[in-house]
Amino acid sequence: MTAPRTLYEKVWDRHVVVQETDATPAVLYVDLHLVHEVTSPQAFSEIESRGLRVRRPDRTFATLDHSTPTLPAMDGERPYVTPEAKSQVARLEQNCARHGIALAGWDSADRGVVHVMGPELGLTQPGMTVVCGDSHTATHGAFGALAFGIGTSEVAHVLATQCLLQRKAKSLRVTVDGALQPGVSGKDVALAVIAALGFGGGTGFVIEYAGEAVRGLDMEGRMTLCNMSIEAGARAGMIAPDEKTIDWLRGRRHVASGADYDALAADWLTLATDPGAVFDREFRLDGAAITPMATWGTTPDAGSPIGSKAPQPTSDSERKALAYMGFTAGETTTTQAVDVVFIGSCTNGRLPDLRAAAQILRGRKIKPGLRMLVVPGSEAVRRDAEAEGLDQVFIAAGAEWRIPGCSMCIAMNGDFVGPGQLAVSTSNRNFEGRQGKGARTILASPATAAASAVAGVLTDPRVYLQEAAHA
Amino acid sequence: MPEPFKVLTSRTLVLSQTNIDTDQILPARFLTTTSRDGLGALAFHDWRYESDGSPKPEAALNRIDPTRSRILVAGANFGCGSSREHAPWALLDYGFRAVVATEIADIFTANALKNGLLPVVVDPATWDDLANNPDQLVTIDLEAGELRRGDHAAVSFTVEPFARQCLLDGVDTLGWLQSHLPAIESFEHNTRPEPVA
Ligand code: SF4
Repeated sequence: MTAPRTLYEKVWDRHVVVQETDATPAVLYVDLHLVHEVTSPQAFSEIESRGLRVRRPDRTFATLDHSTPTLPAMDGERPYVTPEAKSQVARLEQNCARHGIALAGWDSADRGVVHVMGPELGLTQPGMTVVCGDSHTATHGAFGALAFGIGTSEVAHVLATQCLLQRKAKSLRVTVDGALQPGVSGKDVALAVIAALGFGGGTGFVIEYAGEAVRGLDMEGRMTLCNMSIEAGARAGMIAPDEKTIDWLRGRRHVASGADYDALAADWLTLATDPGAVFDREFRLDGAAITPMATWGTTPDAGSPIGSKAPQPTSDSERKALAYMGFTAGETTTTQAVDVVFIGSCTNGRLPDLRAAAQILRGRKIKPGLRMLVVPGSEAVRRDAEAEGLDQVFIAAGAEWRIPGCSMCIAMNGDFVGPGQLAVSTSNRNFEGRQGKGARTILASPATAAASAVAGVLTDPRVYLQEAAHA
Repeated sequence: MPEPFKVLTSRTLVLSQTNIDTDQILPARFLTTTSRDGLGALAFHDWRYESDGSPKPEAALNRIDPTRSRILVAGANFGCGSSREHAPWALLDYGFRAVVATEIADIFTANALKNGLLPVVVDPATWDDLANNPDQLVTIDLEAGELRRGDHAAVSFTVEPFARQCLLDGVDTLGWLQSHLPAIESFEHNTRPEPVA
């Protein structure tokens, strides 16, 4: 009998090539390496300067997402923000061609933000190790994969050896009890968890999310929750695979089918944390008490229920954050005019996110003068949304419907929030300047973002949802 | 491959605010580069330059001589945010060789160590003293695992042992990882199903 193990330990154990010692980290095998244009060029240069090739192109998959324009090509020309952005994309195309790596490029019906695309194609599977040169790789942990972001030197390590040098992290279980109230989403849970743990509160840990509220989330909501683990400092977030996981992945392109799939699925269910397994830290939160959340500061942990007052600052950093945001301690943040609303990103750019926003916008108009950008997370999301007519709902409401990419989440493709403008955004980071120089960002759920677009100020979406229910 | 790091004696620059994230260290709009060179000029860009591109005279980073102030003393949770290795590249290219804080973000630490930028985590009392007395001459001795300054008692710090050894000896980590290729091959042979791709 082996000692009870956590989900994290089970996945870890399956991938150890060389055990760690006091003097040396473990050599950990990587099942899936996702690549995008921003963090890979220097890694390809590094291995090529050593005369090396990509060792397992069959375990490597690339996409274009960060530097890509979200407006369509005009006269055959993509409207890149700068020549550098264009050449960065060209570099990835060349690198993939040279090393035999599958690329979901401009012509591909699969292209999407890396953390939206991987699960959609069934590349991400329970029990895998998944890495990418991107801190939101934790998203894939929603499937019970051990998924984390790496730097470019490590991208080179994986390209050359399919392995990484890693120390085992400490384990933290975040249990969210109770059922969520209507109108409360995975994003609200994520913001509540990060607010409770603190911005660096998860540093050194891998988080496992558990509890009724987490089980109750659909796979997209679970991805949203795991996606933001890094905003508490955690390297990864994981959720044990269950029937929802199995149903969601069945039939996707890169998973097995028929009896092979059933065998895989049976194995996935054994990954759940054993009863009696011990975590280095346990944290509980009452899910039933969570209400729609929004941030008031310039770090993702500065979140509070919509309608609550901006806090009295307790440090210089908080004082500076309030000043940057233009909020006053002791006053609510729901009175300032919102200039921009962004719906999209690897946090909230999936079909259920767009449906939640469309539910509020259907038959309504966004506030005149407000700019609203809706950017589907992938071509698949775009197709599905258009098939349901969601694009028409957004356009009729006065929003812009774009082609997939990271867009205003990181604002490096030409889509940005102007200096001093206030944005309600479904992305994951509200750092100073993240969405553009001088941009002020409020993080919130898709429903909250849509409600705020209609009202023109930060708004609890339940106001409109109740109206809809009474109508 | 980074230069070996043994002992560094230099002056400090203090940026005491907490949660200095990678978007502050190197704003995302500069990430379209395909090289790792020349990022020092863009380090902390929006703290250093006005919208018209002129330098802000009050910015501490514009007033120091980066060849003399190679130790950055920063607020807690330094380097939080993205996994972009461009952040340590920019700090190194600017001139820093070490960052001292009470807490430094995970991925940033891993990235910094691989490039020869030493993350040094100290206790709050030591940090307070460093933050309140900027431009001090400080010695960071990786071999001894000590931070020393003036008449103060030496303060010890730890660095992940493998990364420490790599920095001291100038070990090439990718080369070291490649030395395990036989083990990696037999692992693949014994346990890994072929990808379904
Ligand atoms: S959507 Fe934002 S967080 Fe996600 S991969 Fe793109 S830039 Fe990163």
